[in-house]
Parts: sequence; C-alpha cells; structure tokens
Amino acid sequence: MTTVTEAPPEPPAEAGKPAARRRPRGRFVPYWLLLPGILWLVVFFALPMLYQASTSVQTGSLTEGYEVTWHFATYWDAIGEYWPQFLRSVQYAGTATVLCLLLGYPLAYLIAFKAGRWRSLVLILVIAPFFTSFLIRTLAWKTILADGGPVVGALNTLHVLDVTSWLGMTEGDRVLATPLAVVCGLTYNFLPFMVLPLYTSLERIDPRLHEAAGDLYARPFTTFRKVTFRLSMPGVVSGTLLTFIPASGDYINSQLLGSTNEKMIGNVIQSQFLTVLDYPTAAALSFILMAAILLIVTFYIRRSGTEDLV
Amino acid sequence: MTDQSINDTVPGGAVRLSGISKTYGSYQAVQPLELTVPQGSFFALLGASGCGKTTTLRMIAGLEEPTTGTVHLGDQDVTGLPPYKRPVNTVFQSYALFPHLDIQENVAFGLRRRGIKSVKKQVGEMLELVQLTEHAQKKPHQLSGGQQQRVAVARALINHPKVLLLDEPLGALDLKLRRQMQLELKRIQTEVGITFVHVTHDQEEAMTMADQVAVMNAGAVEQLGAPTELYENPGTTFVANFLGTSNLIEAEITGSSGDDLVLKAGDGKLALPTTRCRAATATGGKLLLGIRPEKITLTHADDAGTVPDGRNRITGRITATSFIGVSTQYVIDSPVADGLEVYAQNIERDTRLAPGAEVVLHWNPAHGFGLDAAQDIDAGLTDGSDGADEGAA
Repeated sequence: MTTVTEAPPEPPAEAGKPAARRRPRGRFVPYWLLLPGILWLVVFFALPMLYQASTSVQTGSLTEGYEVTWHFATYWDAIGEYWPQFLRSVQYAGTATVLCLLLGYPLAYLIAFKAGRWRSLVLILVIAPFFTSFLIRTLAWKTILADGGPVVGALNTLHVLDVTSWLGMTEGDRVLATPLAVVCGLTYNFLPFMVLPLYTSLERIDPRLHEAAGDLYARPFTTFRKVTFRLSMPGVVSGTLLTFIPASGDYINSQLLGSTNEKMIGNVIQSQFLTVLDYPTAAALSFILMAAILLIVTFYIRRSGTEDLV
Repeated sequence: MTDQSINDTVPGGAVRLSGISKTYGSYQAVQPLELTVPQGSFFALLGASGCGKTTTLRMIAGLEEPTTGTVHLGDQDVTGLPPYKRPVNTVFQSYALFPHLDIQENVAFGLRRRGIKSVKKQVGEMLELVQLTEHAQKKPHQLSGGQQQRVAVARALINHPKVLLLDEPLGALDLKLRRQMQLELKRIQTEVGITFVHVTHDQEEAMTMADQVAVMNAGAVEQLGAPTELYENPGTTFVANFLGTSNLIEAEITGSSGDDLVLKAGDGKLALPTTRCRAATATGGKLLLGIRPEKITLTHADDAGTVPDGRNRITGRITATSFIGVSTQYVIDSPVADGLEVYAQNIERDTRLAPGAEVVLHWNPAHGFGLDAAQDIDAGLTDGSDGADEGAA
C-alpha cells in the first residue's frame, strides 16, 4: 500500500480574507471574569448540594458507615414523621412575615417620605441591631418576655394575652415558651430585612406621582392604594421573601424562646444532624424544606405579578 | 351625569387670585398679587426660574397652600380645598405619568376616581384627540417624550377641568418637537375651549401660544397683557429686556410739541408720543426711550439726505454685524448710547454696511416707548438674551 502523502490543499479562501479569521481579542474576557464566581458556586454551592443529595439516599449507621442505596423512602418517612414541624415553620414564618410587613411598611414609608434630614439616622437605627450578634439579641428577648416581667404584666393588664391565648398563641400568663414568643423573636430579628427593600422601592417613587394622583381626584388613601402601594410592590415582594425564607428555616428563635411544643423544622434538621446523627433524614428534610420554599415562592411571585416592575 | 357634577358647581371658569402670596420661612416666593384669568383664554405666566410662577400655579392647583389671599374658580372660593376636590387638572413638568399603568389606564385615572365605570368611550375619544389611539395598551416608558407629553395632556383634559394648568409642559422636549407641541396644544385648546394656564420661562413660547401673558419677576407680576401689547409697549425695563430685545436710551425731556414729547439724548433731538410714555412727562425729567431693534432702519451716512423728515434719527458707527439668513444683526456705537442693536431684513443688502461704517439710525417716533428712568436699565437682560439665543437658533 502506497501511502500518498498529499500536501494539504492550501486554503485559498482563508488566505484570501485574513480579516475573517482574526478573532476579536477580548472575546473570552467576559468568561474569564466569570470564572471566580463560577468556581465559588461550584465549590460552595453545587458540591455541597450534590453531597447532601447523595447523603439523603444513603442507608446505614454511624458505626457501620453509610452507603448510597437510593433509599428514597427516607423522604416519605421524614414527611410522615415531621409534617407538624413543617406546617408550624410555615405558620410561624408566615405570621412573622405578615407582622414584619405591617410594622415595616409604615416605618419604611416614614423614612422615605417624612423623615427629611433624619432619614440617614433612622436608617442607621434600623440596621443598628446587626452590630450585635443574632444570638445575643434573641437571648435579650428571653429577658424581655420573662414570666412576671413588665412586658407580660402590661400585656396581661391590657387583656392582650386573653386574645392571643384565644388564638392559641399563648397559654395562661406566660409568653415565654409559647408560639407568640417565637413569632415575636422572628419578627424582631427579620424586620430590617423587610424595611430595607421596602424603603428602597418607596424612595424611588417620584413624589410628583402623589401630587398627580391628588390632582386627578384621588383622596390620600386612594393615592396610597392605587399608586404608592402598587409601585412599592417590588419592595413588598423582596422584603417578604427575605423575611419568609430565612425565617422558615430558623431554629434559634424557637430554641431560645419556645419550648418543645414550638419546634420548627430547623430545630429538627439541626438535631438530626448534630444530636441524633441521622444524616440521611437530616439531608432529606433539608431538601424537602428547600423544595417547599421554592414552590411557595414561585406561586407567590406569579400571583403578585411584579415581573415588569422589578 | 356624574362626570360633570364636580365641575358644574362652578359657573364660569375664570381663575381669580386676590392678594395671594407665598412665603417659605423668610423667603417670599410670591408677593401678594391680584390676577384674573379670563374664561376660555390661553393664559401664560412667564418668567425666569425662581420668579414664583410655578408656585402661583401650584397654589391654583391646591398643591401649595397660600400664605395669604384667596383663590377663586369662577364664583367658588377654593382656597381651603385639597387638590382632589378642585375642578382643575395639571400637566406636570415631568408628566408624572403612572409607570405601573398603561396609557389607557393613565388617561382613565381621573374618571375612575370619580366612580365612573364605563370609561372606554371617553378614553378612546381623548386618545384620538391627542393622536395616541394605537398606543393605548403601552406603558409610559415605551413612549417618546412628545407622546408622554400628550398622554399627560389627555389624562388631565378627560376630566373636563374648569382650568387646565400646565407647568412648563414642553421643557423636556427638544426645540423642534417643542415647536410642534406648541401648535398642538394651541389646537387642542381651541378645540376644547377650556381655560389654559401655562407656566413657561420661554418668552417665545408664551408669545406664540397665549392670548394673555403675565410677565413675572421676583414674585410679582411686572406686566399683564396680550403678547403684541407686551412686546410693542412694555411697561418696565424688565419686560422690555426679557421679552425680545430692546434698545434703551437715556434721555431728558426738554419740552413738548403737539402730542409728542421732545427729548434730548446726547446732542440729538428725539420725539416720543406722550401716549407711549409711562414715565412722568414733566420737562427736565429723565426717562428711558426704548426702541425695538427691528423698528430701526439703517442708512449709510453718505445717504443721510434720503432719510424722510419726521423720523427720529441718531448717528453711529457699526462695530459688529452678524448674518443670520433672514436678517442681519448690527451692533452700533453711537454718541447717544453704546451697543445699540438693529435687525434688518435681508431684502436689499447695502454692502457698505460693514463694521466701521458711519450710519444713520432712524425710526418712526410712534414705535418708541418711554420708561421710568429710575429703573435698572439692565433688568431681565441675562434671561432675556437666553431667550433671544434660543429664538435665533
């Protein structure tokens, strides 16, 4: 067999138009710039997620070691056993989010439109609690809500506790170790996450729109309903998400301010990981929580219809 | 009909401001002023920024509370009424369209607030009036500046206000579009017959559009009148300089002959009809003789003999000329006054009229106007020259 080594044919076309062959010099620069971020996500997000996903379908024990057996039953068992804690988490986080919105909206409104030269000071006051540790602040609430303390006394005198106990939020003369205490803690801790996005979106509203609405026969409350609130929806959505998502996974508030009856799903995951050492169940619970939040959030964003406002 | 009820309480539509003023702290934005806007007119409040014209407009709208005085719309005293109870609507400077509503809903906003359910027909008609029918479903940010401006007008007009207030509505548009919208607004006003109160700093815009112009300066109305009246017979140096350009010559009254005052300026003798003089006419008194640049005719000194009798004449030397197409502008130094301006139409250009040429400036005495010499001769000048530049551009 004769090997005919043919000279590779000259590509006249390419030689003819060198300009077409030249690559734009900066073409890959954007991808290089993305690299650190992608690496970060892979190492600190994708890999841990994969690891947890594999853990959730393993079986075995701490002494004999774990093995991937595609044991999906862990998920069903976890839901079957811990659905009350799931439900409670959504309830507490939901209540705290609504309370944050009710407290945070007027506050953000005041800062954006009425605070004038005090605006920066008030904003600093809003984020000032972050200068102290989350744990310390929550522990402080233990003192505030202590049995027989002035707050509980005042709530009792004002018959507020009768109402909350009728709602099933408190029991007897106590606030500590009741759902109310946990919700209070959550509300307090996540309020800044509500106020800041609300403030940002309110502050962006052109005050002339208020004047225009008034000029077009809208009373102040109608102006708020039809213009201000509608335009602040991006802030409402991001504020509620920033509050609801971390609050539903939180376990510190329930642990410090609640009793065993107020355990949230975060507490279960924490104890499964750190105390019971049942890693598959803990991992499965984490994924269920994640999926549940994702579903709720998707539904919520669809409903709020703020896509074109954000 | 419900949509008319809010407006039917006001017979006639004229705005009447009595002794109205506004003070912010120690700053007096608007001095107590009396102003009546005739029903159905296109009324302009003209002045430089900070003269109080927008504050005055906002007090009519109810967006600003007057420190003293009252606002009447027709026979109704609306001084204490909040904006949403006043039968007036405003076109805001930046339009202030609601970004979350489409054009249709922006226009329908006022009707809906008054509880009118079926707005479709009226909105359709209004969008047709401003030629935006095909944009009904768009959001404000999808429209151009001129289109947004028309939405703002439609949104206000659909309520059939007794008075439409326009706060520098054309300020954000480029020159060409502004011209176009001036005509458009004028057309709409003629069509709907509603009283328009228009705030502007552009003297040309005010003169083109308005039936009546109130020239404001430092929180007070300097002069009120029809554009031609203000231009031909300004009452103060501010108006003379702010509205177009004026040559102001310091002169002394030396006597009178018939209906004319005889004036002495430099070594020249000038005449001015007594009826056109707003200053004291006592012999020996001083006044400022004003004459618009386009009323002056230039004749080369060699032809001085051809100047007809009975015209005011002064001599001078051309220091600068500039050719602007339709006309040529000359700057002339004269023993009477320096820096006199003359605009001449380019019909038959005399090539001898170049810088350095000796010329005779002459005009019909009836075109002059006399002003009180106690005023600042340069009042309104910086802003006025801005306006002139814009006009020339």
